Amino acid sequence: MQIRYRKDSEPKSSQITPKSVFLDRRKFLKSAAASGLIPALGPFAMANRANAALTGKVLPNVSKSPYGATLTPTKSSYVTSYNNFYEFGTGKEDPAVLARDFEPKPWSVVVDGEVGKPGTYNFEDLISPHQLQERIYRFRCVEAWAMVVPWVGIPLADIIKRMEPTSKAGYVAFETLNDPNRMPGQTRSVLDWPYVEGLRMDEAMNPLTLMAVGLYGEELPNQNGAPMRLVVPWKYGFKSIKSIVRISLVEKMPPTTWNKTGPGEYGFYANVNPEVSHPRWSQAKERVLGSGYFSGKVDTLKFNGYGEEVASLYAGMDLAKNY
Amino acid sequence: MTRETRIRRIIKPAVFAACLMPLAWLVWRAASGDLGANPVESANRHLGDWAIRMLLLSLAVTPVAQITGLSVVMRFRRMLGLFAFAYASLHVANYVIADQFFNWADIWADIVKRTYITVGMLTFLILLPLALTSTKGMIKRLGGKRWRKLHRIIYIAGIGAVIHYTMMVKADLSQPILHAAILFALLAYRFIRKISNSPNAG
Repeated sequence: MQIRYRKDSEPKSSQITPKSVFLDRRKFLKSAAASGLIPALGPFAMANRANAALTGKVLPNVSKSPYGATLTPTKSSYVTSYNNFYEFGTGKEDPAVLARDFEPKPWSVVVDGEVGKPGTYNFEDLISPHQLQERIYRFRCVEAWAMVVPWVGIPLADIIKRMEPTSKAGYVAFETLNDPNRMPGQTRSVLDWPYVEGLRMDEAMNPLTLMAVGLYGEELPNQNGAPMRLVVPWKYGFKSIKSIVRISLVEKMPPTTWNKTGPGEYGFYANVNPEVSHPRWSQAKERVLGSGYFSGKVDTLKFNGYGEEVASLYAGMDLAKNY
Repeated sequence: MTRETRIRRIIKPAVFAACLMPLAWLVWRAASGDLGANPVESANRHLGDWAIRMLLLSLAVTPVAQITGLSVVMRFRRMLGLFAFAYASLHVANYVIADQFFNWADIWADIVKRTYITVGMLTFLILLPLALTSTKGMIKRLGGKRWRKLHRIIYIAGIGAVIHYTMMVKADLSQPILHAAILFALLAYRFIRKISNSPNAG
């Protein structure tokens, strides 16, 4: 007969939280946070540092690219703990906590509209025919903060070409998953769900425009828009729509979520532009995340520094009007 | 220990210490590098949140005393008001020093162009004379009647603070609405009480 003595360091069975209670507590925290009862999850997010980690799922066969070779990426814990992703709460630290249990796979994407090959595609079918590349891009939020992010992805143009767009396709419209059961932030109508975004065809086909599936060489963390998100580095961050379930090629300029929320504040183009001030934020400068507390701000670059690649797209346009 | 010494030696210091907790929490987090990816913003939100909370708490003192009969709470009203001013000052200082790093041109442009900052600064300016006239000597010098009249502008400051908060928020208005509702209740209480106490009433 084996008699097992409890070491002092071991918890008594009465001290162990039953799993159901533990899960209920998490559920409560989630719904409380999602309902706005808890203003910000700051303290909770702190207690759960692990949430802010990368996924640990290393992406195989990623080729290096010259993009951003001279940039120093922002600390990964900042990239994964400071997110505007209202589907998982409106506080910056909410998504890392509230997206923890989100299962991004299996994932499918509807491709429709002005394409020769419409249909519902598996994530794998959509992505795996293409070579994954790492691209280090500056990322500039409309809220006047910035970071440098090493994304892994494929040029959006490669996916679109494979779908054989028709001559009528003038714009590309994107849609985020709309499922309040999986995205607790959607239980409140903070924004008009689902989140929608769009690009003009030439913007979508620009070589800089990336469909990202990874971060820091690993699969995209949930709070960063798993399993696939757009990255348009010369535009404010809200254009880079996350967790995409639909890509539609359309004739006319599609509606975009923040433009619907505040038409006077957020335009369709949303190009990074220090000369065009936003009602809330002067866009002349930006705070680079990871710089010291008293290091101040740096000057914002037009098109976020990607003017050489994209300025020609807007030749002759009044960018103060088309903000 | 008499009731008076208990209030002076225990309760008052305890309330004072409690009011310092949010600042201690901020300093502790900052010292341990725990303010997240955007520490300047975290600190600013924290200080602004507590400035409004202290302001609402100070406005809650009189109604609480009148409704519950616990007149002792009146003795903490000035302290709460001064803490509101202290947190507001730190909030503004953090904006001027850390966020803008004494770039007065940019600060002025912000005040002129961004309505929520205009309102915020005006609110802070309202708090200034109230803090300066909070001493017993100043009450005497002004006379109780004039002092009370002056200090009624705290209601405007409360409204300004809530407007500043509401305008700052992008889409999720739940917190500003909650604060606005509390402020509304506190002001409505005073209004109703004034009407029902006025000689013309009834």
